Amino acid sequence: MTTGENSTPAAPATADGPPAALFAFAWLWVGVPMAYGLYELILKAVQLFTGG
Amino acid sequence: MALGFLDRSRTVAPPGWSRWLIPPAALSVHLSIGQAYAWSVFKPALESSLDLSGTASALPFQLGIVMLGLSAAFGGTLVERNGPRWAMTVSLLCFCSGFLLASLGAAVEQYWLVVFGYGFVGGIGLGIGYISPVSTLIKWFPDRPGMATGIAIMGFGGGALIASPWSAQMLESFGSDNSGVASAFLVHGLVYAVFMSLGVLLVRVPAEGWQPPGGKKPQEQQASKPLVTTANVSARNAVRTPQFWFLWVVLCMNVTAGIGILEKAAPMIGDFFADTPTPVSASAAAGFVAMLSLANMGGRFVWSSTSDVIGRKNMYRCYLGVGALMYLGIVLLGDSSKPLFIACALVIISFYGGGFATVPAYLKDLFGTYEVGAIHGRLLTAWSLAGVLGPLIVNWVADSQEAAGRSGPGLYGLALSIMIGLLVVGFIANELIRPVNSKFHEPAAATAAGPGSGEERKEATGR
Repeated sequence: MTTGENSTPAAPATADGPPAALFAFAWLWVGVPMAYGLYELILKAVQLFTGG
Repeated sequence: MALGFLDRSRTVAPPGWSRWLIPPAALSVHLSIGQAYAWSVFKPALESSLDLSGTASALPFQLGIVMLGLSAAFGGTLVERNGPRWAMTVSLLCFCSGFLLASLGAAVEQYWLVVFGYGFVGGIGLGIGYISPVSTLIKWFPDRPGMATGIAIMGFGGGALIASPWSAQMLESFGSDNSGVASAFLVHGLVYAVFMSLGVLLVRVPAEGWQPPGGKKPQEQQASKPLVTTANVSARNAVRTPQFWFLWVVLCMNVTAGIGILEKAAPMIGDFFADTPTPVSASAAAGFVAMLSLANMGGRFVWSSTSDVIGRKNMYRCYLGVGALMYLGIVLLGDSSKPLFIACALVIISFYGGGFATVPAYLKDLFGTYEVGAIHGRLLTAWSLAGVLGPLIVNWVADSQEAAGRSGPGLYGLALSIMIGLLVVGFIANELIRPVNSKFHEPAAATAAGPGSGEERKEATGR
């Protein structure tokens, strides 16, 4: 996930592409809820080894 | 049909736009609609507050899944024609207004409105949302289509992981009476509307002639993988090919086998080890179900990405062939070793998830990118049948074995053996898949005109 791997249209690119902040925002937007869900899941999964 | 901001032409990426912004756009939709698998959190509260049976409280979910299959099958061509932003907007409006209607239904104690809102209206949002980013991701990642669709479809698995604890906490805060459920539905509808809007705003389709940086061109891919086509097949023609139906059988068998174990996971591990020195407690069984959810989600990304390297046909050989061996391991040795039982079940469920995530890339290999989203939508009818078949087989067989006086692992031996048979059928169907006959290929002019044009052309000419 790098900003360097931008699209390469047939015509030469003139724009710099989306700012890095947009990447961070977009991935955090989906990443934070996913991390919350995974954390809650791992708490439950641990019961397999501690729950007898 | 779609005008202005939602139109496909308005979503063409400007020069320099990064393709790595498309996966979060797709994830914002899939993480939301994946909430459907956490519906069971609302069931006890609905049952007590509206005096419903367990069967009745499952209705919104069941109707939602039926509508998912139907809207994906019948709405696929519209999704291709109008583009991903239109599709994501329709998904957002349907999924979130479904929650708002359900909220109203719970508030005024009209359960039919909960069923209609969440199940019917929300279900349309599930189907359109599920296929909305697929063809766009494949077009942005022609060099890694399995990985790209794996990320999105992993999100559908992840949606329940987020919604399950979140919804439970909300019911705890608002209360489990009908006004508490109504408030929870309302908050869900509003929060998901905001969350999904990222996808609507961020999604872009690649410009004409765009190529991935350093990626292989489709012609080079075809040279190394014989099943990868550079031609395009319309959705209407795809359903006339044997390849589509072989793949339909492959998906149906793989999903049936996976759902079979997923449906009965908690009681199954308890029954398998009930008469051993180390029985499994209820909390450990819940931990096992959580581990299966992790495997389901991880398999979607890991195996689908692996298919980019080893090829789609080989990946399905693993899902179906190795999956059958894992089932055999459970049947023959499962009750002798808890780690072996758990390991086999985890592999089976990771293959179940992987099967979902890899199939769009398989379709792209066989039918091209032209209307791959619409073809994927039609293929998802296999999921609808599997969703009925898998639980039916496992529950019916387990009940009949119990009636015959069996207990423990004996309850499941026959059902698991049936699953092995189904996987073998899927394996054979996968072996029969060959490249699509060129008579089904679209002329270059039709594909250049854009998705949906082929169908319009055939309708116009009566072909």
